[in-house]
Amino acid sequence: MALLDVKDLGISFGGLKAVEHVNLSIEKGELFGLIGPNGAGKTTIFNLLTGVYQPTCGTILLNGNKLEGKSPAQICRSGVARTFQNIRLFKKMTVLENVMVAFHNQVTYSLLDGMLHTKRYRAAEEEVRKQAAKILEVFHLSEEKDVLAVNLPYGKQRKLEIARALATNPQLLLLDEPAAGMNPNETKELMDTIQLVRKQYGITILLIEHDMKLVSGICEKLLVLNFGTELASGIPEEVLKNPEVVTAYLGE
Amino acid sequence: MIEKIREKMTGRNRKLMMIGVMIVGYIACVFLAEGNLLNRQMKSLIVPLGINIILAVSLNITTGFLGELSLGHAGFMAIGAYTGAIFTKYVTWLSPFPAFLIAILLGGVMAAIFGVLIGMPVLRLKGDYLAIVTLAFGEIIRSVINAMDVTGGAKGLSKIPTYTTYTWVYLVIIVTIVVARRLLHSRQGRAIVSIRENTIAAEAMGVQVTRYKILAFAIAAFFAGMAGVLYAHNFSILKPDTFDYNKSIDILVFVVLGGMGSIKGSVIAATVLTILPEVLRSADDLRKLLYALALIVIMVYKSGNGKEMISRLLKKKEAV
Ligand SMILES: Nc1ncnc2c1ncn2[C@@H]1O[C@H](COP(=O)(O)OP(=O)(O)OP(=O)(O)O)[C@@H](O)[C@H]1O
Ligand SMILES: [Mg+2]
Repeated sequence: MALLDVKDLGISFGGLKAVEHVNLSIEKGELFGLIGPNGAGKTTIFNLLTGVYQPTCGTILLNGNKLEGKSPAQICRSGVARTFQNIRLFKKMTVLENVMVAFHNQVTYSLLDGMLHTKRYRAAEEEVRKQAAKILEVFHLSEEKDVLAVNLPYGKQRKLEIARALATNPQLLLLDEPAAGMNPNETKELMDTIQLVRKQYGITILLIEHDMKLVSGICEKLLVLNFGTELASGIPEEVLKNPEVVTAYLGE
Repeated sequence: MIEKIREKMTGRNRKLMMIGVMIVGYIACVFLAEGNLLNRQMKSLIVPLGINIILAVSLNITTGFLGELSLGHAGFMAIGAYTGAIFTKYVTWLSPFPAFLIAILLGGVMAAIFGVLIGMPVLRLKGDYLAIVTLAFGEIIRSVINAMDVTGGAKGLSKIPTYTTYTWVYLVIIVTIVVARRLLHSRQGRAIVSIRENTIAAEAMGVQVTRYKILAFAIAAFFAGMAGVLYAHNFSILKPDTFDYNKSIDILVFVVLGGMGSIKGSVIAATVLTILPEVLRSADDLRKLLYALALIVIMVYKSGNGKEMISRLLKKKEAV
């Protein structure tokens, strides 16, 4: 069984069919690329997968369990985490706190424990801190752990978003243009980190990217969207040879 | 320098220092209340000042931590005040200490229950509906109290035992501040702050937004209710008009001037703004003007939440 199985997914805003008849099947451990020109509906698919929007048709299964109809918080707990194209950090919290928020559902002490600083509270908080620090290390953010997120340079903000998503302990990680606005060196470094994380944590990744070359270099499978519909899907070599894909990208 | 000392301090030392500060604060209170430093008029301000601190710190949980505008904090204070006062008036067979302790807790719990009841429908909605609903709530509570017999109606409730002392007030202040601080360092508190910072991201991190909004709102109401009980047992008389819209705005001014989310700021602003008008007694109109001006200036120029709150009130559905 595929980890994520999406069938005939669609949503319309008023008259606009932003996404239509999209099928997607991602195996456990895969690095899957979602590409397409501006306005193709890539981010909308993420919003559908994470419960921000409810689909007007189609089904979304994670490990065979329905995701549509669930709230974003429930979907997060089912094991799907994401980053945002327009960065959404908790700006006035520190880097460490940003990641600690993501452990929300992995610690269970009560409000009273927190008020009385019980043993249970102290043990759980220490563990969260340790785990959060470990994730920050992977993303080379340890030195900035006490910096407010808003004061991080742009590239590090992008990294922090990924670190935060990873901290929710997801099975499936959705990355919305993680390298946007980065220079080639930063992009290369980030992609290496993503590969490392994928191996280390054994997670499955769905990645939105504009840069065809970049995506085809690291992804095992691709789905190309155009005007909300599937243009092609499969392994990169074949998809990139597809004449429709070539026109969609180079045509106009 | 101070930062360096702070860095060196271990958790234990910091805790000891906090306890030290609490004790010194209490000794200062005793000196001010019992000594010859202050005249009678200023001494009579000590309890109201303490109550204002509790109100400011508690509203800061809703407005500062959670980032929701609440214009009905005095309503929760009223619920606490009347609940506590009716309890001590009628349960005369209990000796003062347990009676007052129970009254304080009961006032807090009752206010918190109302907080949950109001919060549940409203905090589900996206947008700044809370401001409008809490405003209405504050006024409705006042009208209801006005219309009821058990509360003494518009005449008010009199002959309430005067149990409130600066020691009681001091204790409740300490509890309020400790709870507010510890909340910030708990998973629940982080969830609340993350909602303020970015609701969509908070949800995506698994935070049940509605639940934690209601939690923050209820905790704030709880302490406002306790402050109400302290208020009721200070003068022995309660009138519904005390808890009008202006009182809610006064509390909000403490929070905004002190800095959203800053506990220390709330304490300082509540202190200054309680004492200042008494010192400038004659200039009551001036006081109101100053309040209004200060609020506007702060909200417009201070970067941060005030500004964001205005822009949130004025516009906008963000793209995800
Ligand atoms: N909430 C919404 N209401 C109305 N239209 C929307 C909404 N969200 C997305 N759309 C529309 O759906 C289409 C797809 O948008 P989407 O953001 O998914 O594109 P994208 O592929 O992520 O593009 P980009 O590469 O620019 O990020 C666009 O035409 C957009 O205007
Ligand atoms: Mg997009």
